[in-house]
Amino acid sequence: MLSIDITHRQGDFTLECAFDSDARVTGLFGPSGAGKSSLLRIIAGLVRPDRGRIELAGRCVFDSARRLQVPAHKRRIGYVFQRARLFAHLNVRHNLGYGAWFAREKPGRARFEQVVDMLDIGPLLDRRVTGLSGGEQQRVAIGRALLSNPAVLLLDEPLASLDVARRQEVLPYIERLSAQSELPIVFVSHQLDELLRLANRRVVAVRDGRVTFSGPTAEFLARPSLLGAEQARDAGVLLRGEVVTHLPEHGLSELTCGAQSLYVPHVAHPAGAAITLHVRARDVMLARQRPTDISALNVLEARIESLVADGDYAVNVHMQVGEQALEARITQRSAEALALAPGQTIHAVIKSLALAEQAWERLGSI
Amino acid sequence: MFDTTTLEVLSLSLWVATTAVVISLPLALAVAWFLARSRWRGKMVVDALVHLPLVMPPVVTGYLLLVGLGRNSVVGGWLADTFGLVFAFKWTGAALAGAIMGFPLLVRPIRLSLEAIDSRVESAAATLGASPMWVALTVTLPLALPGVIAGLVLAFARALGEFGATITFASNIPGETRTLPIAIYTFIQVPGGESRAAQLILVSIAVSLAALVASELIARRVKRLQAAA
Repeated sequence: MLSIDITHRQGDFTLECAFDSDARVTGLFGPSGAGKSSLLRIIAGLVRPDRGRIELAGRCVFDSARRLQVPAHKRRIGYVFQRARLFAHLNVRHNLGYGAWFAREKPGRARFEQVVDMLDIGPLLDRRVTGLSGGEQQRVAIGRALLSNPAVLLLDEPLASLDVARRQEVLPYIERLSAQSELPIVFVSHQLDELLRLANRRVVAVRDGRVTFSGPTAEFLARPSLLGAEQARDAGVLLRGEVVTHLPEHGLSELTCGAQSLYVPHVAHPAGAAITLHVRARDVMLARQRPTDISALNVLEARIESLVADGDYAVNVHMQVGEQALEARITQRSAEALALAPGQTIHAVIKSLALAEQAWERLGSI
Repeated sequence: MFDTTTLEVLSLSLWVATTAVVISLPLALAVAWFLARSRWRGKMVVDALVHLPLVMPPVVTGYLLLVGLGRNSVVGGWLADTFGLVFAFKWTGAALAGAIMGFPLLVRPIRLSLEAIDSRVESAAATLGASPMWVALTVTLPLALPGVIAGLVLAFARALGEFGATITFASNIPGETRTLPIAIYTFIQVPGGESRAAQLILVSIAVSLAALVASELIARRVKRLQAAA
C-alpha cells in the first residue's frame, strides 16, 4: 500500500527513510523534530526529496531514477494538517466541497451527507470558518480531506494544536475513521496512547531522520528502548479479546481472552467483536496464589517464559496467557521474594481501570 | 448647475483614470506576485524600478515618456506605424502617464496582502487537487482581494490627480488631455476663470471622497466575508 525509500537534506538535517507498509493504518511515531512531518510532506509531494522512490496505494508517485515526479495536486492525497488550514474566504460547506471540484470521481450527495454525519458538522455547514472552535475546524478539515476522494489519508498530528478538552472532542471521530474507513491511513503522532488507539497494527518509528523500527505494533510495544524515555513507561503488550457481554449497571464489559475472563471499562462494540487492549507492563502485578478479597477484577493465569533484568531494580517478566504474550514489570526484590522462574504458573493481576481499549476490527466502510 | 466644460473635464478625467488602473492591474498583479514570492536576488532592482515614479519628479517621468514614446522616437514610431497607437498629446498618453504614476501605489498593497497569505493554506489546496493555477485563482487571489481593492483606489486617485507627467507628455488639449488638475490649473491662470476653477475643485473633492467611501465599503464587505485566516 505504501512503499517509501527517500533521502532528503534540509540544512543540517538529513532525512533518510525506507519502509513498506501494507497495513491499512500505519502509525508514524517519533519525538518532535524526528522528521515525521517532513516525511509526510514528501509523501504528499509538497517537498521534493533529493533522491528516492515513493509508492502510494499501488501507484509510483516519485522516482528520482526515472525522473518521475507526480505533482501534489495529482497524488490524490487527503492531508489533515496540525492546524486546520481552512479557507477563510469560504464557508464550511464550500470548504468541504473544495476538493470535489478537482476530483475525477466526485463524491455524491450521499457520500457528502455520510461524511458530514460521521463528523457531526451538519449544523456548521453554513457558518464561516473563522467563527468555529479549534475542534470544529479540525473536524471540518478532516471532512474536507475525505471529500476530495483521496487514495490515501495523511493525518499529521491532527490533535496537536488542540487543548485537552478539544482533543477529547476530536479523537473519537478520528478513531471512528480509522476503525471504519477502507481508506489507507498514515497517522503521525508523538504520543503513544494516541497512536495505539488509532494505528494498532503497524508502526514505523522515526528518530533523528531515520527509521528505527518498522513492523507490527505489538512487537514495537514490547521494546521499551524504541519508545524513548518519555514513553517507556507505556511499554507493554497488545492483548486480544472478544466481547462477551456488557454490564451496564457497573459500566463494564466482559471479554474473553483465551479461556479466561477480563473486565474492562465499557467498550462500544457488540458481543462477539474482537478488540485489542494495551496492557502496560507496569500495570501488571504478579501473585503466586490466586488472590482473594482484592479490588482488581482481572486475575489471569499465566506461564512465565523468561525474566529479563532491566536497569538497577526492575525485572521484565515475559509470560504466556493461552496463545498470547503478557508482560509484567516488577522490582528485582519482588522477583526474588516470589522466587520466580521460567516455566512457573503465576497469576497476573490487572486493574480494569488500567486497560485502555482500542478498536481493532472494522465495522463496515465509510 | 455645471457648465459643459466641467462635465467634459470630469468625464474625460474619469475615463482616463479608469483606463489607467484597468490596463495596469494585470501587470501590477504579476509584478506584486513576483515581488512577494520570488527569492531571486535581483528582485530588488525590479522593486526599485516600480517605485521610481513615486520618488522622481513627475515632470521627469513625463519627459522620459515623451522622449521614449514620442512619435519621433523609435518605439513610439513603431507603435504608431504598427498598431496606430499614439500616446503623445493624446488621451491615451494621459492614461499611460496616470498608469505609470499610480503603478507603485497599485503594486504595494497587493504585494503586502500576498505576503500576508499563509502559504500553508495554499499547499492545503494543492493536496485537495488544485493545480497551481487553480490555487492562485480560488485561494490566493480571493484572499488578496482587500489589497487589490486598496491598490485600485490609491492608483485611481493618483491617476485622477496626475499633473506633471501628464502635462509634459500629453500636454493640455481641451477635450483630449485636459484632465481635472490640468483644467483647474489652466482656469486659475486665466483672468475671470476662478469660478470655473472652483466648480472643478468641488467636483474633484467630491470624486475623491466618493472613491474613498466606496473602497471603505467594499473593503468592509470583503473583510466580513473572510476575516483573518
